[in-house]
Amino acid sequence: MTVQHDSSVYEEMQASEQFQELRRRYRSWAFPMTVAFLAWYLLYVVLSGFARGFMGTKLLGEINVALVFGVLQFVSTFLIAWAYSRHAAGKLDPLADELRAQVEEKTQ
Amino acid sequence: MKHETLATILFLVFVAGTLAITFWASRNTKTATDYYAGGRSFSGVQNGLAIGGDYMSAASFLGIAGIIALSGYDGFLYSIGFLVAWLVALLLVAELMRNSGKFTMADVLAFRMSPRPVRTAAGVSTIVVSIFYLLAQMVGAGALVGLLLGITSQSGKVWTIIAVGLLMVIYVVIGGMKGTTWVQIVKAVMLMTGAALVTLLVLGKFGFNLSSLLGDAATQSGKGDAFLNAGLKYGTEAQGVWGKIDLISLGLALVLGTAGLPHILIRFYTVPTARDARKSVLWGIGIIGVFYLLTLVLGFGAAAVVGSEKIAAANAAGNTAAPQLAEAIGADIFGEVGGTILLAVIAAVAFATILAVVAGLTLASSSSFAHDLYAHVFKRGQVTDKEEVRVARIAAFVIGAIAIALAIPAQSLNVAFLVALAFAVAASGNLPAILYSLFWKRFNTAGAVSAIYGGLISALILVIFSPAVSGAKTAMFPDVDFHLIELSNPGIFSIPIGFLCGYLGTIFSKEYNASKYAEIEVRSLTGVGMEKASEH
Repeated sequence: MTVQHDSSVYEEMQASEQFQELRRRYRSWAFPMTVAFLAWYLLYVVLSGFARGFMGTKLLGEINVALVFGVLQFVSTFLIAWAYSRHAAGKLDPLADELRAQVEEKTQ
Repeated sequence: MKHETLATILFLVFVAGTLAITFWASRNTKTATDYYAGGRSFSGVQNGLAIGGDYMSAASFLGIAGIIALSGYDGFLYSIGFLVAWLVALLLVAELMRNSGKFTMADVLAFRMSPRPVRTAAGVSTIVVSIFYLLAQMVGAGALVGLLLGITSQSGKVWTIIAVGLLMVIYVVIGGMKGTTWVQIVKAVMLMTGAALVTLLVLGKFGFNLSSLLGDAATQSGKGDAFLNAGLKYGTEAQGVWGKIDLISLGLALVLGTAGLPHILIRFYTVPTARDARKSVLWGIGIIGVFYLLTLVLGFGAAAVVGSEKIAAANAAGNTAAPQLAEAIGADIFGEVGGTILLAVIAAVAFATILAVVAGLTLASSSSFAHDLYAHVFKRGQVTDKEEVRVARIAAFVIGAIAIALAIPAQSLNVAFLVALAFAVAASGNLPAILYSLFWKRFNTAGAVSAIYGGLISALILVIFSPAVSGAKTAMFPDVDFHLIELSNPGIFSIPIGFLCGYLGTIFSKEYNASKYAEIEVRSLTGVGMEKASEH
């Protein structure tokens, strides 16, 4: 096999359907999720500033909405991190490995 | 034995242990990859611990526990921004940076741009952000050590700052990234253990009933139910709408700043692959998340057990809440000796915390100076690895000296806002440049330079004319008043300005390199041609 010049290999790979699929799988998960957790966090901060009556509502003993909302931010962060690692391991890593092998074959 | 003596002994054991590790690490630090990136040989778990050790500063350990102990819920609110921020790093930055960069933040930016202007901008921003953060930590160290060891004299505090500065320089110069990482790992384990121990004792005292702990905290604080809700410190009702906008502005800087902090970004280079970088962020999120939940109990526990009044009397910012709690709860359960021992342990943990964080900052700024400014801007890449590492070590010395020289006169000033400012600059300048660079095909040199300088300068100007610097009792210069805006936190304006500058800079410049973008995109997503771990 002839060794191709680097940059044309990358452009070819970038244009390939498989790479576009990898890119789509990554972006279509990471981008909306980023918007979602930022919105969820901002909602929490805005309510902490402007809706203190609501946040102060007691739910169980001394535990109020503010505390539960705050703990839910921890829970959502842990869940999103876990979900991303599942998504990446299942949908991104195998395809990324395959494409990396293809490029390495052409450049080495 | 007095707690000061025991704390000093424990601290000296920590210093001796970490110095031994550092010298050991130095034997394996030969190449530039070893010095800057620890040979990329750390595992995901090790780097995850180091991320925790690098990130959980004294400001977040003692500071947040203190804010909760004095102002209740607001401290918890603050800590949440620090945690959620890691999702930005996990989803958008860590793996792609590991795949496409080498040693510094600028490596990723310079990949498809004209290297000199971009590296200059990124180097300047790295050094500015790191020095702000460093200064806040060192001033904090002087005050803290004074409180914990009973050193009240001015010269005692000055010597503390000098000692902290010297130690951090030794870790970095001798051990490089390897030594620094191990210091951070040891510190993370100590901090988590210490915090978990005190938390368990506090929860045990309240029969593992969180509601009764909160109820006692609210009562002992003297603030009642307001103590369990936002608004006693940030965005108080008295400050009106601007205060609340300031709170949102702070929240934005915290959540978007982490993924732009240079000392955090270089941690992703210390592992062999992008998958390890992902794993290390996952571990980091777990450790940091659990830690802030422990801090919640520590803060409210301090209010409930020690009482806000007694905490405020020891230190107006509440920075000694956690150590005071350790002493009280230890004495309560194990008698007076128990209290002394627990206090000494927590005090030693606090020193370890400061040292690990300042070492990380010194490493990040000196690496960027040597790799970006010296090797690529001054020498245009015509420099050997060996010379570059030598310059990095000299730079660490110089940065340490500058930090000491600035921290000593800054002691009497309120510089706590510098941490929030470092996050704001990172979110306004660095983050737009990194994200555009990784995801926007059209992005170019003018865009990168505009984003970094635009974000950096707008954040600085907004802060200079804010109540954090003048015109308020809590300002850096309380006796003068040249403030023009009511916001102490610039993020809400400077972050959009940074992104906008990056956009405008890009579209007004014709430069555009499709083949380089193809390369960085393919490399960042697949890991082709990534920098390998060194072999030894």
